[in-house]
Amino acid sequence: MAPTKHTLVALVEDKPGVLNRISSLFRRRGFNIESIAVGHSEIPNVSRTTIVVDGTTTSVEQVRKQLDKVVDVVRVFEIDEDDMVTRELALIKVKATSATRSEIMQIVDIFRANIVDVGVDSVTVEVTGDENKINSLLSLLHSFGIRELARTGRIAMTRGALNPLTAEKKSSGARSKTQKTE
Amino acid sequence: MKMTGAQIICECMAREGVEVIFGILGGAVLPLYDTLPQYPQLRHVLVRHEQGAAHAADGYARVTGKVGVCFATSGPGATNLVTGIANAQLDSVPMVAITGQVATPFIGKDAFQEVDITGITLPITKHNYLARDAASLAKTVREAFLLARTGRPGPVLIDVPRDVFQEEAEFNYPSKVAPAGYKPTLQGHPTQIKKAARLINEARRPVILAGRGILISRASAEVKYLAETAQIPVVTTLLGISSFPESHILNFGMGGMHGMAYANMANSNADVIIAIGMRFDDRFTSRVSGFAPGARIIHIDIDPAEIGKNVRVDVPIVGDVKTVLDALNKLIEPTQHIDWFEQLDLWRKEHPSTYIRNSNGILPQYVVRKIYDVTEGNAIITTGVGQNQMWAAQHFWYDKPNQFVSSGGLGTMGFGLPAAIGAKIGCPDETVWCIDGDGGFQMTLQELGTIAQERAAVKIAILNNGYLGMVRQWQEMFYERRYVATPLSGPDFVKVAEAYGISGLKVTEKEDVEPAIEKAMAEDGPFLLDFRVEPEENVYPMVPPGEAITEMMEEPREAIKVLTDSAKLPTSNI
Repeated sequence: MAPTKHTLVALVEDKPGVLNRISSLFRRRGFNIESIAVGHSEIPNVSRTTIVVDGTTTSVEQVRKQLDKVVDVVRVFEIDEDDMVTRELALIKVKATSATRSEIMQIVDIFRANIVDVGVDSVTVEVTGDENKINSLLSLLHSFGIRELARTGRIAMTRGALNPLTAEKKSSGARSKTQKTE
Repeated sequence: MKMTGAQIICECMAREGVEVIFGILGGAVLPLYDTLPQYPQLRHVLVRHEQGAAHAADGYARVTGKVGVCFATSGPGATNLVTGIANAQLDSVPMVAITGQVATPFIGKDAFQEVDITGITLPITKHNYLARDAASLAKTVREAFLLARTGRPGPVLIDVPRDVFQEEAEFNYPSKVAPAGYKPTLQGHPTQIKKAARLINEARRPVILAGRGILISRASAEVKYLAETAQIPVVTTLLGISSFPESHILNFGMGGMHGMAYANMANSNADVIIAIGMRFDDRFTSRVSGFAPGARIIHIDIDPAEIGKNVRVDVPIVGDVKTVLDALNKLIEPTQHIDWFEQLDLWRKEHPSTYIRNSNGILPQYVVRKIYDVTEGNAIITTGVGQNQMWAAQHFWYDKPNQFVSSGGLGTMGFGLPAAIGAKIGCPDETVWCIDGDGGFQMTLQELGTIAQERAAVKIAILNNGYLGMVRQWQEMFYERRYVATPLSGPDFVKVAEAYGISGLKVTEKEDVEPAIEKAMAEDGPFLLDFRVEPEENVYPMVPPGEAITEMMEEPREAIKVLTDSAKLPTSNI
């Protein structure tokens, strides 16, 4: 069965308004986006955007092609589900009393998560992993009461030495937009 | 050399070969206008409303194939351009719009006549820029022209703050610009081209769907070669009209909602469809599930996002139409499809969609046909949107590329008159007729002022039925004749024209139609004809919205009179 969640990576020029162009495109075309995460890439002035698309409601191919049409988007490619490393970070502020604190710490340990802040009646947990791991931890912490939750959305990378920007990927069918300076 | 931002823009435009700019000035864009006299090669045409500037640039671009240019000031000047920019975007028309903006320190302060035009036009431009300093202007303008005219063309807007026009910077003209994220695919994939050739060579009932991409790519000769070699009937989209000669025996006219019945029948019964430079718009396909059910579809388009967007495609070919057809044509074997053409010609005889019935009053179709007769087909026709547009598409036959200028994707009423100005200025030696309705004409009739000032010899035919006719037709057919808000009064158009110093004639009798058109043609300057046509005439054929393309309603008539009036209906087979 084809996975319903697809991971697209868009390398975009770091110019004012680029995110607006991308989000405006999603809104206008009615694309359903699960998450979008943006940060610097290895190339100066190029940002890396990781977009998770729900393939059951939105044509992933259309998202890819329409993104590719945005002039400030340098390159778009899809990362294969079984060929990627994916991580998400979450900060979870959990209600904690002296009675529950140690139990929470045990759960956090099992998930190799960290406690980054302790308050009078709460602890803040930092957890990194794929969505499943974060979801599992969240469901366990739910019964204690979650005060605040912040998730970054998925970032992803192809396994191995392959850099999709320099090496053409056979399977993705992504059209190369080779960079030309001058 | 040091130059001001305004000089840099003008210098770059001159180097791009810009001949004419349509626009209106205002405070923010004043420094740019102040520089224009230093560049006499840039002719400025003052319009009466910025929408007219964008449409005129659009009409100019469509008939010349060059980039149309328009200027407007900040705020309302810029927002008035919006409809025209959207129109160009949907019809892939190359255009560069320069808008003035409030000075940099005022941006974001809700200053007088400030509007976020880059934000507003983001979804309706191919790309847009807010110029931040004069030093980067040369690169920006060069990039804008590159983006506007290459790949799938479209409008590009540059918003320039007033102080950036005035700022001085070293002028360095970039010899080449290549935005990192922009590299249109021109060559088709050889494997796909081979697959397409095999399908075409093996096809028994092939049809070519010819779109505006052929005109943009100047590939009419290549399409003709393909059609003639493999004996394929050609159906065009509305905007594909004139990409293939309409008097050609293989031309089966326009398809779609108001297309020729036989064109839609050809589509629906085809086993192979070769879609060239078109995008399967809903007005063409009607209900997608009922579109060409038995056909394998080959889709050639320069925009990869168009492939598979609306209909399933069996052989996708991304590339420039002309380049792809050059490669494809080498693999095409001469063929004949005698059975197919017997069938097609039968449909053509049984469903003569361009037949005009006898009448006492003036039928709008008759007016269009008479314009065709008097001009002998040698005219550029611009249209409004609605019934007038469909009749102009159906009853005039276009043999030369870019003869038919019409707002397809956006369907902008009021497009006809300003587009005609742009077309006439772009092709001063051609006869230009604007065929419009009385509704659409009233949306931009202020441009009569531009026509008068520029002495642009545009001939205007108003098919005046006193209704917003196409909507009235929908009300008649689908809303039980409840004519809500469609009857409209108009001024005496001839008097309006005369007030602008333009001659005109009101035509109320059928026998006066032809002499009136001849009089308009004999006049050196512009001329307006106000035809009082049958008020409740409908456009046929019509596919009701949401129906399959085969569910055509044809004009009710007593008996089918075959081949009475039309050179377009050949009797002989291939």
